[in-house]
Amino acid sequence: MDQKEILSLKKTAANIRKGIIAATSAAGSGHPGGSLSITDVMTYLYFKEMNIDVKQPKKPDRDRFVMSKGHCAPVLYSTLAERGFFPKEDLLTLRKVDSYLEGHPNMHTVPGVDMSTGSLAQGISAAVGMALAGKLDKKDYRVFVGMGDGELEEGQVWEASMAAAHYKLDNMVCFVDYNGLQIDGKITEVMNPEPIADKFVAFGWYVQSIDAHDFEQIHQAVENAKQQKGKPNMIVCHSIKGKGVSFMEGQAGWHGVAPKPEERDRAIAELDEYIASLNA
Amino acid sequence: MIACRKSFTETLLSLAREDRDIVAVTTDARGSVTLDEFAKELPEQFVECGIAEQNAVGISAGLAHSGKKVFVCGPACFYVTRSLEQIKVDVAYSKNNVKIFGVSGGVAYGALGSTHHSLHDIAVLRTFPGMTIILPSDARQTKKVVQMLVDYPHPAYVRVGRASVPVIYNNDDFDFTIGKANVLLEGNDITLIGTGETVYHAYEAGKMLRDKGIKARVLDMASIKPYDKDAIVKAAKETGRIITVEEHSQFGGLGSIVTETISESPVPVKIIGIPDEHAINGKSPEIFAYYGLDYNGIFNSAIEFLKKMSAGK
Repeated sequence: MDQKEILSLKKTAANIRKGIIAATSAAGSGHPGGSLSITDVMTYLYFKEMNIDVKQPKKPDRDRFVMSKGHCAPVLYSTLAERGFFPKEDLLTLRKVDSYLEGHPNMHTVPGVDMSTGSLAQGISAAVGMALAGKLDKKDYRVFVGMGDGELEEGQVWEASMAAAHYKLDNMVCFVDYNGLQIDGKITEVMNPEPIADKFVAFGWYVQSIDAHDFEQIHQAVENAKQQKGKPNMIVCHSIKGKGVSFMEGQAGWHGVAPKPEERDRAIAELDEYIASLNA
Repeated sequence: MIACRKSFTETLLSLAREDRDIVAVTTDARGSVTLDEFAKELPEQFVECGIAEQNAVGISAGLAHSGKKVFVCGPACFYVTRSLEQIKVDVAYSKNNVKIFGVSGGVAYGALGSTHHSLHDIAVLRTFPGMTIILPSDARQTKKVVQMLVDYPHPAYVRVGRASVPVIYNNDDFDFTIGKANVLLEGNDITLIGTGETVYHAYEAGKMLRDKGIKARVLDMASIKPYDKDAIVKAAKETGRIITVEEHSQFGGLGSIVTETISESPVPVKIIGIPDEHAINGKSPEIFAYYGLDYNGIFNSAIEFLKKMSAGK
């Protein structure tokens, strides 16, 4: 990827982050922390990698994305809006009565959402089914999955991981957002899922570890995953919870709390400043 | 006497030969479901998930999401409690077109004990919007159910037993329609309603009552959700008393459906099922006899019920 492309992705990611802040703040609730940590991965997928068509969100041969950590709906919605699936101003209706943007993604109401999620670990199993259908039908679409590190505490993740390796689902690429924090604190203190990469290696996956905020590393990892045959792909994304907003970074407290109006304004100002620095 | 599970998988195999989108999914249960032939003949349409029912339902949802007509098959006891969350979110809420085929339902596993009984499946699944629930009563009806389900665009749960069951429908000249009950015997003295394997017993009990001069109406309520409201209302109005018989908890199942339906114009209803206790240990027919779900039990309940009613008058 050239520098120009990286710069453009960085700007897009900053705009998506602004959408997350605006939406959760307007809602008065939601999950900004884990949304901000996986934003760069989402930006890369939707603006560089995935074969999708905003005019035909359900096109059968499209690449699929499953947000297995469904509580990070704000980043999914903001990404889809930025990409043009629906108007950006609708983000401000998040969680409002009668809005189609529910607290967790609903595949039947939100254009571009591939799978309804919200109960952790279920998205990865559904993604296994989609990838398996692709293999059975000899289609070449890929299935991408966004997962949380706390989500790895759910047993179903490991059932799905066993099945993905058993069926050699190399058309599946999972990203675990390894920000190290869950709602009640550090993942290592609540229920330690480490060593994460080693566990997936032992389950038969092709595993790469990257800095989740470095577009060049995301790009290389995805390209490697696409070349690789016979194993499902896990990209362990070392990330910072709340990334992009100084006072939210690395704070478990921002897992499921929305910014108040003054916090929103500070966050938006920071992101605008960042975009201005990129433009300069 | 043919087992419903055998009828189900044979019908599914014959349909799957012609329709390559049909996929059977199971969890180390091809033997108990009777899917061996399917797996051997159509390996490309067969997905083994190992002993992992939650994952199997999730994978089934993903397969259906990408256009497959999925039948996920295994013991009813594990599918409806262990993978309840996945049925709720990935199947019912997400409207993924998955058919869940629960075998050895109710107390069919008998002596394996309460861990293997599924006496709560109707109660929980009927609270999930969009779920269809069917308990076929014999092999011919099971065949019709599978033929209908293949192109039915909604999620469904089908529960059958394990052992061979007596024939209720002697030939193919009968209807199976979602949401419609079949009248097996006409009568206006009392109505007996069964679902699944209790239908045979209700039918036999109806014939025994007839010999005593009591004209019982007998309904086969295979389609539990949606169910035949009109048939229930009509039965209440025309026969004045109803007995429901289910291989299920007395709470939340067929009996509840009937009493909820007629709650604004009630008539006396006796609900025969498993009381609020863990069912006794024994073979399935022994458990049926103990709780009065067999034809003798139903017959005796009907006689007693009618006596009480006329004493009340």
